[in-house]
Amino acid sequence: MAGISLNNVRKTYAGGVSAVKGVSLDIEDGEFIVLVGPSGCGKSTLLRMVAGLETITDGEVTIGDRVVNKIEPADRDIAMVFQNYALYPHMSVYNNLAYGLKNRGIGKAEIDRRVREAARILEIADYLDRKPRALSGGQRQRVAMGRAIVREPAAFLFDEPLSNLDAKLRVQMRIEIKKLQKSLGTTSLYVTHDQLEAMTLADRLVVLNGGQVEQIGTPIDVYENPASTFVASFIGSPAMNLMEIERSGEGWALSRGEGLSLTCSLNETSAILGLRPEDLHIIEGDGAINDPLMLSVVVTAVEPVGAESYVHATLGETGQEIIVRAPGKQHFEVGSVLKVAAKKEKLHFFSSETGKAIALEGNLQPA
Amino acid sequence: MKRVQFANPLMPYMLLLPQLVIVAVFFLWPAAEAVRASFYLEDPFGFGATFVGFDNFTDALSSSDYGRTARFTLGFTAVTAFFSLAIALLLAVKADSVIRGASSYRTLLMWVYAIAPPVAGLIGVMLFDQHIGPLSEMARFLGWDMQIGVNYYDTAFAMVVISVWKQVPINFIFFLSGLQSVPKSVQEAAAIDCRSGTRRFWTVTFPLLAPTGFFLLIINITYALFDTFGIIDLVLKGEPGNNPVTLVYKVFLDGFRGNDLGGSSAQSVILMILVFVLTVVQFRMIERRVHYN
Repeated sequence: MAGISLNNVRKTYAGGVSAVKGVSLDIEDGEFIVLVGPSGCGKSTLLRMVAGLETITDGEVTIGDRVVNKIEPADRDIAMVFQNYALYPHMSVYNNLAYGLKNRGIGKAEIDRRVREAARILEIADYLDRKPRALSGGQRQRVAMGRAIVREPAAFLFDEPLSNLDAKLRVQMRIEIKKLQKSLGTTSLYVTHDQLEAMTLADRLVVLNGGQVEQIGTPIDVYENPASTFVASFIGSPAMNLMEIERSGEGWALSRGEGLSLTCSLNETSAILGLRPEDLHIIEGDGAINDPLMLSVVVTAVEPVGAESYVHATLGETGQEIIVRAPGKQHFEVGSVLKVAAKKEKLHFFSSETGKAIALEGNLQPA
Repeated sequence: MKRVQFANPLMPYMLLLPQLVIVAVFFLWPAAEAVRASFYLEDPFGFGATFVGFDNFTDALSSSDYGRTARFTLGFTAVTAFFSLAIALLLAVKADSVIRGASSYRTLLMWVYAIAPPVAGLIGVMLFDQHIGPLSEMARFLGWDMQIGVNYYDTAFAMVVISVWKQVPINFIFFLSGLQSVPKSVQEAAAIDCRSGTRRFWTVTFPLLAPTGFFLLIINITYALFDTFGIIDLVLKGEPGNNPVTLVYKVFLDGFRGNDLGGSSAQSVILMILVFVLTVVQFRMIERRVHYN
């Protein structure tokens, strides 16, 4: 077992397309790191560079205390789980698991012990004689996991391993992967575009965008303190409400004119205000408000999802849309006016130029 | 499956008619004729025929000449099929791993396939020509006095080389498409599981190519047995002498040069049975081919 460290890793393809633009990351031994981002953000390329399936244009990848840039995939002491499982179709499940061990000159008895142990853990012991084509998607996924486990590698690399499964199985396998990783304590690097998967699995999240790291942190940290508007809109479902605001006399207004009841001082002339749907609470009647932000919105649609409802609304005549999370039992009329408010610590501000978060300390005081 | 409805019930048969006529006139009728003739002793000048039962077959199978030709055909087929497949596989593996300019290489390697068999045979014969052929010249340079049409083994060698040369492109196309249908992720998984590229090829890529390989093996056996007729004829320039010939060529020699229509028909019936067996095997294989998907 070992940590993995990336030092300013870059990938530029022959055509000059730059997929990864300098990523640095230190993964502790035994840590579960999830690389998350939209498609084309370079997360898979980064993982494949760690695996050795893509050449590294620039920078260094270290596994344990070895720089592995020039080392063959088979010699990097890693195991990878592929999106489409990549099982060997002509081999039985047993041989799929044993193949990597045989090639490493491990004794028959030891191979047998490891394969049976992995099969027991993953509950695929009954299928060891079958060919992959005779297995369901979920079983194939387990075999792919088994092939990684038997190797007892320094690190597991997962390339969107759950995206070919149906929703129910995905949730189940997600939990199993997490349990398995904790019990084995193997350093893991996991790629996904599903922010929910990323949040639930990760010890630390790495949010990638356009080949660069947007933010690294624990899931809760990333959720509560997004470093940029990109992270704010990518992590969390429904996404954070973002609205452009500018200074208007003593107070603040939406960039498209509508006044805001926002009582805080900010050293900028314009900014982006971010509000999570669940941080907006609905004010009944003329209740006294101590919160620095209060909005009047017109309900345009309601999405009840059971335990809660997502109320889609517009801010006055500007057309600025926001989503408010409300308790599931509450009823809303489309076209009715709602008053919503948010607490000071729930407000997020981002620079209008760079999209980076503006620190709350110092810049924001109650007016 | 979509069912097409025809207004006129005869329509589908009309559409099939040209193909059926071709099959009947050029295959069924001659085949039936050959089967009939194989039981008769035909007068060389066409004045009637005598029914002789299985005599033509027993004569053919017991003659030492037939045995010698059959042994050569077996060897010729094995060597031709093996080298056609092996060279094509090697080229396909190399072409598959080329990244830059891949399509140009592939087109170049497939070019020979576009040449008609007699033309290919003719070019091959030219290459081996006693006086102007660069291949004979090279052989002489290396100290091998190659005498095509005179020396039994030299002639056989030329036949094999030209036949292989003609067949490599088609095998190449099949192997290349077979290689490209091996999922990239499976090859990558193998790259993580196994350091040696050679071992990876024999344990993962080759088994996945096996269905293509079986199919091509049958195709190549059929080719070496039957379709090499033109090449053999060109190499021998129609004068077999003591040179090696294949069974199909012997059918032609005995029937049209030796005027033994009955005996040659019997030989062609034996070959027909062989083709039939090969076809059955091939269909079995094709049915089994789907098993990796």
